Amino acid sequence: MSLFFEQLLNGLQFGVTLFLMAAGLTLVFGIMNFINLAHGSLYMVGAYLAVAAAQWTGSYLAGAVLGLAGALVVGMLVELVALRTLYERDHLDQVLATFGLILFFNELVAILWGRASLYAQLPDWLRGHVDLPTGSTYPVYRLAVIAVGLAVAVLLWYVVTRTRLGMLIRAGASNRTMVGALGVNIRLLYTVVFGVGAALAGLAGLMAGPIYSVQPGMGELVLIQVFVVIVIGGIGSVRGALLGALIVGIVDTLGRAFLKPLLGAMISPTAGEAAGPALASMLIYLLMAVVLALRPAGLFPARG
Amino acid sequence: MLSGRLLLWAVCVVLLVALPAVVSALGQPFYIDLVRRIMILAIAAISLNLILGYGGLVSFGHAAYLGIGAYAVGILAFYGVTSGWLQWATAIGASALVAAAIGAVSIRASGIYFIMITLAFTQMLYYLGISLEVFGGDDGMRLKAKSDFGGLIDLRDPVAFYYLSLALMLVSVFLVYKLVNSRFGMVLRAAKSNEARTRAIGFSPYPYRLAAFVIAGAMCGLAGALYANHTGYLTPGFVSWQQSGDLMFMVILGGMASTAGPVLGTFVLLLVEELLKGWTEHWQVVLGPLLVLSVIFFRRGLAGMFYKPDA
Repeated sequence: MSLFFEQLLNGLQFGVTLFLMAAGLTLVFGIMNFINLAHGSLYMVGAYLAVAAAQWTGSYLAGAVLGLAGALVVGMLVELVALRTLYERDHLDQVLATFGLILFFNELVAILWGRASLYAQLPDWLRGHVDLPTGSTYPVYRLAVIAVGLAVAVLLWYVVTRTRLGMLIRAGASNRTMVGALGVNIRLLYTVVFGVGAALAGLAGLMAGPIYSVQPGMGELVLIQVFVVIVIGGIGSVRGALLGALIVGIVDTLGRAFLKPLLGAMISPTAGEAAGPALASMLIYLLMAVVLALRPAGLFPARG
Repeated sequence: MLSGRLLLWAVCVVLLVALPAVVSALGQPFYIDLVRRIMILAIAAISLNLILGYGGLVSFGHAAYLGIGAYAVGILAFYGVTSGWLQWATAIGASALVAAAIGAVSIRASGIYFIMITLAFTQMLYYLGISLEVFGGDDGMRLKAKSDFGGLIDLRDPVAFYYLSLALMLVSVFLVYKLVNSRFGMVLRAAKSNEARTRAIGFSPYPYRLAAFVIAGAMCGLAGALYANHTGYLTPGFVSWQQSGDLMFMVILGGMASTAGPVLGTFVLLLVEELLKGWTEHWQVVLGPLLVLSVIFFRRGLAGMFYKPDA
């Protein structure tokens, strides 16, 4: 039971990481109708900059702040230099151009920091464990990640539904031309939304750094899982992104932890040994197929 | 204009036929391998063009069928079945089956969803490949023996294999050309340019799109069978998303919905890659921005310089 609870928390932690990525991607898609494959690169940039800045300043927090700011700046720069011209193009061109950007960023990171994995160092106050009510212990850092992720979710909900910026974002998502005609600087709005999305991706990356390894190409593995999140949750809605991310995070984590012993107990140990890991790694994609077959627009599609 | 095009094709075919003799005389047999690889991947690009260019189905997962074709050959060889006929038929059949399954689910979705779903399913197959420890898992495995076609053709002979690849590439070009100019192809292209009108005149696009998706998958499976024999080594990397992206680029760079486009695009992309690789280890840092620029400024592809795309 305590193992199950622990894995549930792991799933939650993975889920909020996915959410931070999915939120940025879905906002950018919702408002600009732009699909950004290089979103995973911003995740990677956030992770690398945070590790590098932490080594340089010797402070984890300074590293995190610089990583976040770096991802924001890189995201806005990329938007201004390369992506701005692509908003009017079809999705195919957007996919291809951002695919080119991925190759560029992965190789650039390999040139600057090498291809070997880096590991982020945690400060002492994040390194400990806390006692869970079930009697086992759990790393403080993962709990902190969950807290930050949920806090960002609340903040995003507040910004999108209760502020002027959020009103513009929602208006832009439902009718871009009209918002522009009403005198809103739509270009600036695009750049701001893109920057926010980049910062969220960077935040996800820098928080993932101490848990997973930091290496070139780390962003794309997450990005594809984020696509699954968006397909399951429904594109264009932050609520869908959150619920989809939590479902995918928990299903994936529990599948990896329990599918092998479960199959082993139900069929035979050799079956569990052979099919367990394969099935566990395919689980979220199968879930996506089922959701698509039943609800093609996702479980929580954007309203309007 | 048509005769001009045919002339261009004839010149290219003559050049490709003459290439092995020329490079052997120059003492550079490496180029036989390079061009053979290009032609094999061109078959994959041609098959993708059928659904991407003519069908408007932006599949970001076409490498799946390359991998399935390759693994069908590799797995049969692993269990001692070396008959090329059986291996290649399995490669084509298995690819068609998987394409039917993936297509049935994903073609219901459109636009951006379709891109993400095809990518996600292909990633699923990638992870499946990694978790198949028997067949080498992450590291992949050596192909035990090249496909055996009796006395008909010996794939261990690089030049014979080269000519087989050339022939199959030309057959693929011809097949897709015939297909898109048939009644079937007209409906497929009509559904791309205006789905509502296509429905209004009485055609439901779904079965046509699905059929095209399956045909493209099968053709790409054949390319996979050839590719496994070419490399002699299989890894889940065949199914990676980068491979899918590369295939898309070959089609777009050459010119979507044009007969020669995918072949042209494959040659240019892979030759530029080869050039950059010889120049620097970090060739992707150059290739990436080149690709971005080609998308922004080079909208109709290389074939667009010669003639207007058909659709």
